[in-house]
Amino acid sequence: MAGAKLTPSECQQVASLLGREPNALEFELFVAMWSEHCSYKSSKVYLKQLPHEGQWTVPSKGENAGVVDIGDGWVAVFKMESHNHPSFIEPYQGAATGVGGILRDIFTMGAQPIALLNSLRFGPIGDSDSKRAAYPLETRNRYLMERVVAGIAGYGNCVGVPTVGGDIAFDDCYTRNPLVNVFCIGIARANQIVTGKASGVGNPVIYVGSKTGRDGVGGASMASAELGQKDKDRHTVQVGDPFTEKRLIEACMEFVSTGCLVGMQDMGAAGLTSASSEMAARGGVGITLDLSRVPVREEGMTPIEKMISESQERMLLVVDKGSESLFSNICEKWDLPMAIIGEVTDDLMLSLWDNRQKIAAVPIAALTSEAPVYDTTQRPAAPPRYQDHLQILHTDAIVEPKSYGDALLTLLASNDLTCRQWIYEQYDWMVGTNTVLGPGHATADAAVVRVKDTDVFLAVTVDGNGRYCLLNPYQGGSIAVAEAARNLACVGATPIGLTDCLNFGNPEHKETMWQFSACVSGIAEACRQFDIPAVSGNVSFYNETHGLGIYPTPMIGMVGILKTPPITAGFKTPGDLVILIGETYDEIGGSIYLKMIHHQERGEAPNLNFKWEVALQKAVRTAGAQGLLQSAHDCSEGGLAVTLAECCLSSNASLGADLTVDTKGIRGDFFLFGESQSRVIVTLNTYHLPALQRLMEAEGLSYRILGTVGGDHLTLQLTGGDGALRLPVSALRTAYKKGLGP
Amino acid sequence: MESKVSTGGRVGVVVFPGSNCDKDCVYVGQRLGASVSLIWHKETTLPDLDLLILPGGFSYGDFLRAGAIARFSPIMQAIVRFAASGGYVLGICNGFQILVEVGLLPGALMPNTSLQFICKTLFIRAEAQTPFTSHFNLGTPIPMPIAHAQGNYYTDDATLSRLRKNRQIVFRYCTKEGALESSANPNGSTDFIAGICNKDRNVLGMMPHPERVSEALLGGEEGIKLFSSVLSHTGHVGTHGGR
Repeated sequence: MAGAKLTPSECQQVASLLGREPNALEFELFVAMWSEHCSYKSSKVYLKQLPHEGQWTVPSKGENAGVVDIGDGWVAVFKMESHNHPSFIEPYQGAATGVGGILRDIFTMGAQPIALLNSLRFGPIGDSDSKRAAYPLETRNRYLMERVVAGIAGYGNCVGVPTVGGDIAFDDCYTRNPLVNVFCIGIARANQIVTGKASGVGNPVIYVGSKTGRDGVGGASMASAELGQKDKDRHTVQVGDPFTEKRLIEACMEFVSTGCLVGMQDMGAAGLTSASSEMAARGGVGITLDLSRVPVREEGMTPIEKMISESQERMLLVVDKGSESLFSNICEKWDLPMAIIGEVTDDLMLSLWDNRQKIAAVPIAALTSEAPVYDTTQRPAAPPRYQDHLQILHTDAIVEPKSYGDALLTLLASNDLTCRQWIYEQYDWMVGTNTVLGPGHATADAAVVRVKDTDVFLAVTVDGNGRYCLLNPYQGGSIAVAEAARNLACVGATPIGLTDCLNFGNPEHKETMWQFSACVSGIAEACRQFDIPAVSGNVSFYNETHGLGIYPTPMIGMVGILKTPPITAGFKTPGDLVILIGETYDEIGGSIYLKMIHHQERGEAPNLNFKWEVALQKAVRTAGAQGLLQSAHDCSEGGLAVTLAECCLSSNASLGADLTVDTKGIRGDFFLFGESQSRVIVTLNTYHLPALQRLMEAEGLSYRILGTVGGDHLTLQLTGGDGALRLPVSALRTAYKKGLGP
Repeated sequence: MESKVSTGGRVGVVVFPGSNCDKDCVYVGQRLGASVSLIWHKETTLPDLDLLILPGGFSYGDFLRAGAIARFSPIMQAIVRFAASGGYVLGICNGFQILVEVGLLPGALMPNTSLQFICKTLFIRAEAQTPFTSHFNLGTPIPMPIAHAQGNYYTDDATLSRLRKNRQIVFRYCTKEGALESSANPNGSTDFIAGICNKDRNVLGMMPHPERVSEALLGGEEGIKLFSSVLSHTGHVGTHGGR
């Protein structure tokens, strides 16, 4: 586990901060708190670029998740986190505890979690009907996917928070480094948000939740290194208990209503060490803890184990002195272990006791604000040597397919685009009776939940395209934000904030840091252009095994607000006009078409023009709000052809369309399958055409009327070149229904 | 009866540790104009109620077997007495599992044949006149979601023929057209059984979730008929009820 402990210079730094050599316990506190996972030591300087505040944000510096105002006295709290390393070592528990951890980040702030989403990446799983025994890696990848999905389902279903949407893709680069990113959003009354802050000298520090065991000891430092021999790391994966989490959620909601809760934080990465020192740091106080009072699962646990165990479902509270019995009554009601383990002090130290014996004393600042931050001079950044080569694409050598229809069917049946029913039917996406648009409802570009007792709907989406980021990390980062915002615009929502989950390789490699730096810059620029703040985030480095790293894969979770029922993607009524808003360029680089049909992942990532993208989203939102639209669906992976096919497939009546388009000299397959950005397919009643035209002209947007909805075929006649796409909707459905099941 | 209409009925929803559809049931009850109270599982008596709901969820984390531990909760004795005295009891999903475990309904709910949790909207048809089904047209397919891992209803042949003879099979899974085809059976349940009642017809257990399709905004409002049926039967017509 190279990189897991401190470097020699970091050891010197510890000694100079303490003015002496640390003892063994103190040393482990530094190892945990200075790990990449806790300190973001490689990424902090870059993350400063991201705008954290916007029109809707509520200031919440350094909190567990970002807070946005959704009106009527309510706020939404959301965040996305990775659980990649644990999920590779033990996929069920790794994924389950990922869900548990992100839920705690939300309810630790006093917010009721109302929806979960996830974004998953695996190596190729092969075709379900092929002889997989011949491909042991594909069998392994499928096992990982099945167990990760089961883990998410097992935890999320039990705690009763619906999993309303998600995203999954497959590529060789994820074979030894699968990505499991989980997103959660919760809601709270604005005046009941709880901070993770300790204050009030003499106030008791209370431990609530599962007893501390030896599971997950050293998890934070494990996640901060490349994976080696996996069996050796298995003990670092925690075991989740959703039944305890469910009771913890209920109890925490009751803690908030006592009015005596000063601060609360879950014991996540680096366990009790990070919870206590971060709470003290935020409050500008010290904390003293008696480790002999920590509830434990087994005899003989050492102070080090108690401090860095990552046992799940544990919270640390600071409450008003004298109110302890209110909290012990709630814990008794929910049968949750609870202990008063320490108190707030004014000496700015983390002091640890074992009964009457003082066993550690470390300045809070040394563990937190004085953790090393590495700038670019320490972490060199340079593009990979292959970068220029990757962008070369000899289009002449790409043979046009004999049939556009067959190519479309191949794409629809591919694991990257096929129906996700096998996954989402394992998730309870309805519990809570707030899911207005979930995976089993009509297809839409984002999931939508309503907020009871208000007129507010929240739209949520997760997006990220590793292929674009590989080819052009800056552009890929920007596109991830643009596409998420476009998805929200298509359902009619205005983005109010995003959370980023940045998955990268080994930051000790200059190529990784170059990718990271460019990606973050691209995301930051997009945030500014769309005026969307990044309210929370997570960085996962070391997604690299045996020197093979993943594609740079930033995932964007974005939340939007709307006050009217959402617009969906499917064709609705025969005779409706089909309109393509936005311009199609000769751009085939990085497309799923090139990957699936021509087995190439290269070329230039699609261009992104912020001006047109902003105008497009504004126009689509306005058209939706004015009631002009019957449907809206953005063009993304698979281009125009796949987008139109999806509009047919999500039509209740399996409606086709009869369409004609001028390719303006662009090759037929590139026109159909290229992934030019800033495009949306909308349908509307002819009656509304003039109003839509006025909107387009006001924004200076180009649009083309392609034809009308109707019939049982999708027909797209190409003029200006030659050829046509013509398929019965039933054939599209057969291909799409292939699914991901075994 | 007139005076009771304005109150909309008194509904109790039991909360076990791990219940997670309790608030969803409260919401539907309140939309029907009922006064709804949450009943903590450690209670030993019930208030005066027209309808008691055991909601869905994972009581006690489904440890051992779904519903197997909840049956020992202190409140269960009072629920058995309430049922014996003719009180209306509705068990949804985990609530059905608990009713079976405690013996108020016969049979067992085994793991789905797929061995996976299944959440999807399918079709059921009401097949028996009960106080819970009077607002449904018997035999007509009703869209309703399921969300469970252990919903595979099993009972022995003797009990099955008794259930049939007494018309205790209340809901069966069917196709969109109402046919009993194997593709319509999501979990392997004996005889397509989705819900059954006791012989006295005042205790109903069902795996599908009517509370999730009680509002057009969520994709369907057929489910509300179940709640309005039983409340109107007790003399209360909910504001969204109607016959």
